[in-house]
Amino acid sequence: MAGTGDAHLRQGDEILLRVEDLVVEFPAGRKGRVHAVSGVSFDVAEGETLGLVGESGCGKSTTARALIQMPRPTGGSVWYNSQDLATMSAGEMREVRPDLQMIFQDPISSLNPRRKVYEIVSEGLSVWGNKQGAFTEGRVDELIEAVGLDPRVAREKRPHEYSGGQCQRISVARALVLDPRVIICDEPVSALDVSVQAQVLNMLEDMKERYGLTLLFISHDLSVVKNISDRVMVMYLGKICEIGDGDLIFDSPSHPYTNALLGAVPDPDNPYTDTAELLEGELPSPINPPSGCRFHTRCAYAQDVCRTDEPQIQQVSDGDHWVACHFPVQRETETQVEVAEKPAPKAPAAPPADSVDDSAFAALKAHRETNLR
Amino acid sequence: MSRADSEPLLEVTDYKVGFKTERGMAKAVDGVSFTLPRGSTLGIVGESGSGKSVLNRSIMGLVASRAQVETGRVKFNGIEIANTDRQAFWGTKMSMIFQDPMTSLNPVMRVGRQIGEPLRQHLGMSRAEAKERAIELMTSVGIPSPAQRIKQYPHELSGGMRQRVMIAIALAGEPELLVADEPTTALDVTVQKFILDLLGDLQANRHMAMTLITHDLGVARGRTDEIMVMYSGRVMEQAPTDDLFSNMRHPYTAALLDSSPKLSHAKHTRLRPIPGAPPDIVAPPPGCRFAARCRYAQARCLVEDPETRIMSGNHKFACHFPVGTDQGAEALANNVATGHTAAGLKISPEGVLV
Repeated sequence: MAGTGDAHLRQGDEILLRVEDLVVEFPAGRKGRVHAVSGVSFDVAEGETLGLVGESGCGKSTTARALIQMPRPTGGSVWYNSQDLATMSAGEMREVRPDLQMIFQDPISSLNPRRKVYEIVSEGLSVWGNKQGAFTEGRVDELIEAVGLDPRVAREKRPHEYSGGQCQRISVARALVLDPRVIICDEPVSALDVSVQAQVLNMLEDMKERYGLTLLFISHDLSVVKNISDRVMVMYLGKICEIGDGDLIFDSPSHPYTNALLGAVPDPDNPYTDTAELLEGELPSPINPPSGCRFHTRCAYAQDVCRTDEPQIQQVSDGDHWVACHFPVQRETETQVEVAEKPAPKAPAAPPADSVDDSAFAALKAHRETNLR
Repeated sequence: MSRADSEPLLEVTDYKVGFKTERGMAKAVDGVSFTLPRGSTLGIVGESGSGKSVLNRSIMGLVASRAQVETGRVKFNGIEIANTDRQAFWGTKMSMIFQDPMTSLNPVMRVGRQIGEPLRQHLGMSRAEAKERAIELMTSVGIPSPAQRIKQYPHELSGGMRQRVMIAIALAGEPELLVADEPTTALDVTVQKFILDLLGDLQANRHMAMTLITHDLGVARGRTDEIMVMYSGRVMEQAPTDDLFSNMRHPYTAALLDSSPKLSHAKHTRLRPIPGAPPDIVAPPPGCRFAARCRYAQARCLVEDPETRIMSGNHKFACHFPVGTDQGAEALANNVATGHTAAGLKISPEGVLV
């Protein structure tokens, strides 16, 4: 699992958010520290949706929260608009906050039950005013209508009078009212029925189009993530396993962990069950994470090198697909890659395979470094 | 087992559960009938509020509300149990596992004692026997180092471990019927797969009948012998699992299946949600309850309640214009031609609700 490295970071003006070597730790007990996020780097281009997947406890929510400095990360930087949010003062950060909004998992408990829905949606505007000028009722009405609710009814009703799906629409309207550029969606549809989930996902896609949003979408549901994301990032125990274009990752998942996740999706036509080994054991404690690759304790392909050396993020074939694994899973594709290099599951220690091409990797990295600003 | 396997374990006939409210009777379960043979699994699928949980809790005798009204017949092992006190059955005859393993375990009692308690209560075991059996049960549900784990409290266990403890408690009295109410909804996919596999194995080994309540057709498929799709307290479609997916008849079942995102679809595939919300169960609409959200709806659906039809053996459905039949195709073509359904939903030329 994974690893560190920033080979997968992209260059260009369209990069809106760039997270470098993000570390989040929490104190635990007298000496211990919870290593919630350890050296995660990624970027999000303007107008893109990045999906974050992983099991509970993998650090996906912590990553998203550290991004908006709630709480501030222990280390690393978060570049937004060529400013590092991690080094900003509280006052400066406050100025940036309207651009970065969030939607939470539980639609009902994230809304104040004692306030009218209209007030909930308009509160941001009454605090900040409008970018175009003062508070406008028209703006609030427009948004409530845009998410599919009736603004006149919203003036009278409180959250408990709406269903879960409707409450999630209210959360979206509230997030949109300050005209943000980035919305962080933390499991926004996990608490909803499938039929309502589809309504909310379609609505998010519409809002993204209409208001030119960039989304960071967190979910443990792989089919939801596949549907909504342009790029996908798979996390395990505070590290990145695999990142890249959603279609490439889902067509040929390279990390054993990604394969295990996909193989567990309850769908009788699940195409991934052939390569997936069912995960054994429990998620190790983030207070004392395993050495080397953090996934090695549960990985069917683990070798000695996995216990000692942390894999660096490397490119999988051409294209936007990156994996942090010493022995990436290679699926049979039309171009039929060499499968022989992969050690057999649970085989006795084999010599470290040369699947990590050091020279090519170093060259790639050097190339990237010369391109750095 | 003393009784012949041919006799069903559970036989439910025209079962209704209502709750008295200020506005009138809320018909949470409105005339449900099914039989559950020994050792088989029935999947009960539906959205929130479809009555699937109330149905099962009420059969278990767990709905203790004075406002509850129960009518119809429930035969368990050939004995009529509706409107009786079913507490004597709990644990040894029928058992239940719940959705949220954190809130359904006692947070201030060690898990070993929670597993041992029904053994001492119902089977009259001594403390030492109960402890030994608790360790055996924990081993059988795949909990590593059970001798240490029995001394732990629920908060010291992960969600998957807690759910395994719940299963161990439910199985302690060797029940003949296990009701699993959304047992994996709060869990990660990897843990979900483990728990579902575990339930399947345990059920096969013990020849236990199970009802698996879920809102996910994907979970029910491949894990059940028969599936019952509920909506607004009614059974919309009921069929052996394979038959349900190969010969789907009810538009609601089809809509439910269509609305979930699929791994096989490319990214940004437009989803097809079911528009609107389920009807008011205090004053349900005349006619078909799903008509207001259905893309096949015709004028007849709004006024005439469809009767349950039986197709080829055990496949039952309640619809005037079933999917996959000439009537259904005609109804859809008719709606596409007029641009809207009889309930006024707009429909695109491709037959998709917009």
